[in-house]
Amino acid sequence: MALDKKQIAQRIAQDLEHNTYVNLGIGIPTLVANYIPKGINVEFQSENGVLGMGPFPFEGEEDPDMINAGKQTITTLPGAVIFDSAISFAMIRGRHVQLTVLGAMEVSENGDISNWKIPGKMVKGMGGAMDLVASAENIIVAMMHTNRKGESKILKKCTLPITGVNCVKKVVTNLAVLEVTKNGFKLLERAPGISINEIKSATEADLIIEGEIPEMDV
Amino acid sequence: MINKAVNNIKEALLGVESNMTFMFGGFGLSGIPENAINALSKKDIFGLTCISNNAGIDDFGLGLLLQRKQIKKMISSYVGENAEFEKQMLSGELEVDLIPQGSLAERCRAGGAGIPAFFTPAGYGTEVSYGKEVREYNGKPHILETALIADFAFVKAWKGDTAGNLIFRGTARNFNPLMAMAGKITVAEVEELVPAGELDPNQIHTPGIFVQRIFKGEKYEKRIEQRTIIKR
Repeated sequence: MALDKKQIAQRIAQDLEHNTYVNLGIGIPTLVANYIPKGINVEFQSENGVLGMGPFPFEGEEDPDMINAGKQTITTLPGAVIFDSAISFAMIRGRHVQLTVLGAMEVSENGDISNWKIPGKMVKGMGGAMDLVASAENIIVAMMHTNRKGESKILKKCTLPITGVNCVKKVVTNLAVLEVTKNGFKLLERAPGISINEIKSATEADLIIEGEIPEMDV
Repeated sequence: MINKAVNNIKEALLGVESNMTFMFGGFGLSGIPENAINALSKKDIFGLTCISNNAGIDDFGLGLLLQRKQIKKMISSYVGENAEFEKQMLSGELEVDLIPQGSLAERCRAGGAGIPAFFTPAGYGTEVSYGKEVREYNGKPHILETALIADFAFVKAWKGDTAGNLIFRGTARNFNPLMAMAGKITVAEVEELVPAGELDPNQIHTPGIFVQRIFKGEKYEKRIEQRTIIKR
């Protein structure tokens, strides 16, 4: 069975490292916070200016002065800190935030990512995505393997305007976990019950397949 | 102490004219200078260039200036959530310059800090880098981004004193301290204005030297864009 969005988030959460700072993008990445493994402590940074972000507030306790980068009302955890946008991006650009998880429209085999613009459609802007992908030490993309038309989002070369070059390290989709190596996409894991051939036929880019490919543990 | 307090919004906006460049603090609707925006939307000034991370929503924030077609150009990082914006952008009435959020913040900070330009990796290899100088540092390509300054910067703080010193609250801080630095005239509006000496100098976020005018906002609506909650 292909994974649902929650399971993609759950699989990414397994990659979280203890005592690290993490920035989660909007969409599937936000769900990662719900699946932090036991014994793992991570601090979430939101680029509008908060580190140590907590869950949504209880009804009646929402505060217009306390939001995340998705403009959602949030709370803070003990040890949290608030800062301005320049300091926030100093954390990001200066590589103090160790992991960025974000969504994408396309990823290419050299690690390019497209996720901000579809020509001819309304352009909303890149927000902090270009700063994040240009600098993060580790970038994991969370997305569906194919688009609504069933076309592969895992490509030899991105067709949409690029958000950043040579930056994605890993992609977790509803079908597979892929590592971006200097030789291209390497298939690391497959969704439970999904065959290598099914993954191959849903993927435009070439896949490096070495030995047994285990199923994801979700 | 140099007194920065003005008596009312009218005095605060003295000198604003058509075709000027304005900065507006805020992220989404959080920490936007509501009172200044409301007052500007009632003035007959047009052809404005507005630098703001977002462009408000249809009936609040910079959406009010868009409705009256006062804005000629927006410099922002993310402009969704606004149908009027989309209409004017697609029809070509509104010019839009989209820049990465971190570069936007740093360009404002640089403008206020006397740094004319800086190199950043953000946007390299994308259309943001078109026409910009590229230089390699530590084996990685960077693009040259220039500083931003504005004729007026409108910012919003939680508390301020008559010397113009500001304290922000929560994530309403965002772009406000940086834009405060980058305004030729910075107009700060606050929820609470106290006499100089009442704020602890250790707790001040934006020193009053960056602020030319300060006033207490008459009313704050503080709308929430995405109300996300947990049921008890």
